[in-house]
Amino acid sequence: MPSREKVIFEYSQAGRGASDQWPHHPGSAALADLPAKLKRSKAPALPEVGELEAVRHFTRLSQLNFSIDTHFYPLGSCTMKYNPKACNQYAMLPQFLARHPLAPESHGQGFLGCMYELQEMLKEVTGMQGVALSPMAGAHGEFAGVAMIRAYHHARGDLKRNEIIVPEAAHGTNPATATMCGCVVREVPVNSSGDVDLAALKAAVGPNTAGIMLTNPSTLGVFERGIEEVARVVHEAGGLLYYDGANLNAILGKVRPGDMGFDCLHMNLHKTFSTPHGGGGPGAGAVGVAARLMPFLPIPIVAREGERYRWLAESDLPQSIGRLSAFMGNAGVLLRAYIYMRLLGRDGMRAVGEYATLNANYLLKRLEAAGFEAAYPERRASHEFIVTLKRQARELNVTAMDFAKRLLDLGFHAPTTYFPLIVPECLLIEPTETESKEVLDAFVAAMSQIQKEAQQEPERVRTAPHTMPVRRLDDVRAARHLDLTWTPTTQH
Amino acid sequence: MSNVPADLKYTKSHEWVRSLADGTVEIGITDHAQHALGDLVFVEVPETGRTVKQDEPCAVVESVKAASDVYAPLAGEIAAGNPKLADAPETVNSDPYGEGWLMRVRPAAGALAAAELMSAADYQKVLAAEGG
Repeated sequence: MPSREKVIFEYSQAGRGASDQWPHHPGSAALADLPAKLKRSKAPALPEVGELEAVRHFTRLSQLNFSIDTHFYPLGSCTMKYNPKACNQYAMLPQFLARHPLAPESHGQGFLGCMYELQEMLKEVTGMQGVALSPMAGAHGEFAGVAMIRAYHHARGDLKRNEIIVPEAAHGTNPATATMCGCVVREVPVNSSGDVDLAALKAAVGPNTAGIMLTNPSTLGVFERGIEEVARVVHEAGGLLYYDGANLNAILGKVRPGDMGFDCLHMNLHKTFSTPHGGGGPGAGAVGVAARLMPFLPIPIVAREGERYRWLAESDLPQSIGRLSAFMGNAGVLLRAYIYMRLLGRDGMRAVGEYATLNANYLLKRLEAAGFEAAYPERRASHEFIVTLKRQARELNVTAMDFAKRLLDLGFHAPTTYFPLIVPECLLIEPTETESKEVLDAFVAAMSQIQKEAQQEPERVRTAPHTMPVRRLDDVRAARHLDLTWTPTTQH
Repeated sequence: MSNVPADLKYTKSHEWVRSLADGTVEIGITDHAQHALGDLVFVEVPETGRTVKQDEPCAVVESVKAASDVYAPLAGEIAAGNPKLADAPETVNSDPYGEGWLMRVRPAAGALAAAELMSAADYQKVLAAEGG
């Protein structure tokens, strides 16, 4: 691993630059026309480096990355699967890249056709009746979903339904979404096997229930076995069911949320359908709905009329919750998801779910055999599973975070740590379908090595990482004294 | 084993309750809770004068691992939130039963009895059952 890369300002030398990056019209009339009060009083503090220095700086930065193209990346609940290069290649066709979002429909029939087919494929794979593609992230899709549930109740004059039920194992975005939509969150516990506590659910539903938000398989890495009963209880109380699609990869081509009784869902195309993600985006959180929520779908949606495609807008869907993004959302991400699905086909998609689940269960069994404790040992894993290191924390004073940091030294991106919150000292491990047996075996060997180190030389684990450009970061101090701006101390 | 003072009352969700001479009760999170959360980086306490129902989320404690709601152990009116915690959230880690108190509540009539708070011995059993 290379050493820490300096901030680009630290390379700056006055007067250096790359001529092709200079403004082409520094004295243009447009600039001269700007009112004086809008102009800077002094030049911005920009780094002054030559082109080669800029290239080397950013190339070195890129080499510091742990990425799916360089490392095993078992970040649970994030589905960091390989992104096939073909998806990128076809989405980068100049005809797609040069398409202007304001161009008339007749000039973008190919793109519109792709979006229409993507809507249709997503409907089929989820068992939903309508799909809208524009939400730009999972949480954005959740917002759209709960906004539609509220719009549905309001359209029926049922104004008092403002409670959203959320199991305690839920993603943090679920209660945040409900709150953003003006609802009140009611939490229900899960039982010791990881299923929703049905008695608590029955006690929680009532005339104020707007709906429930559920992830299945849940964040505990197990399939919610009581889902049909959950659906019956919530529907009988007059509420709707929202499916958080974060874990759709586990059931792809096998079980459909629509068949489980869900009324509404979002799909993380950037997870399940293999578009690049991490570092905050770009994502795509398409939403799907059952028939009764179709009038409320966000626009735009693509419709087919004969051989032509066109956008559906406000006049077509007067009850729509509206527009959630400029134009079609992250169009390039949607294209990649479309190509991924077309390359896989129906059988391929089923194989995704099967191999994702097989890899997770193989890894779980091997880690258990190596002495690690599964959080739900009696349950079969979905596409991910939880190992709890509470024994190591108690007996050796070596925590899940210490294991995670030490994994970096051994060439693996750490699994998700300390989530879900209800399992102490946990690692949430999601290998995805794209990893080979050899890689999974190497991960088990690394975990076993760290376990041995924790027993024999625990300080080595507690102070990891040792081979990264930076050592253990003081995340507590970083959170308490938030400072995100690097300021040049001396201007060259 | 975490510290569980015998003179306080407890909830299953890891709050402690102390009766004060002026009729209010002081509320905080237990040593076990602060330890499980890790170093706190942010604490939000309720505004004085707000009325809370039993089990209503009324404060937030956040560490680098997690953000957790703190639930009102009993119904009443907020008499005070601990003003020191905004600048020094780590006080909850260093002194959870003293300077790290979160809020003081004036209980509604009958609320203290209705809350069915646990004794220290019973709370110890809850911790043992959780494997803590």
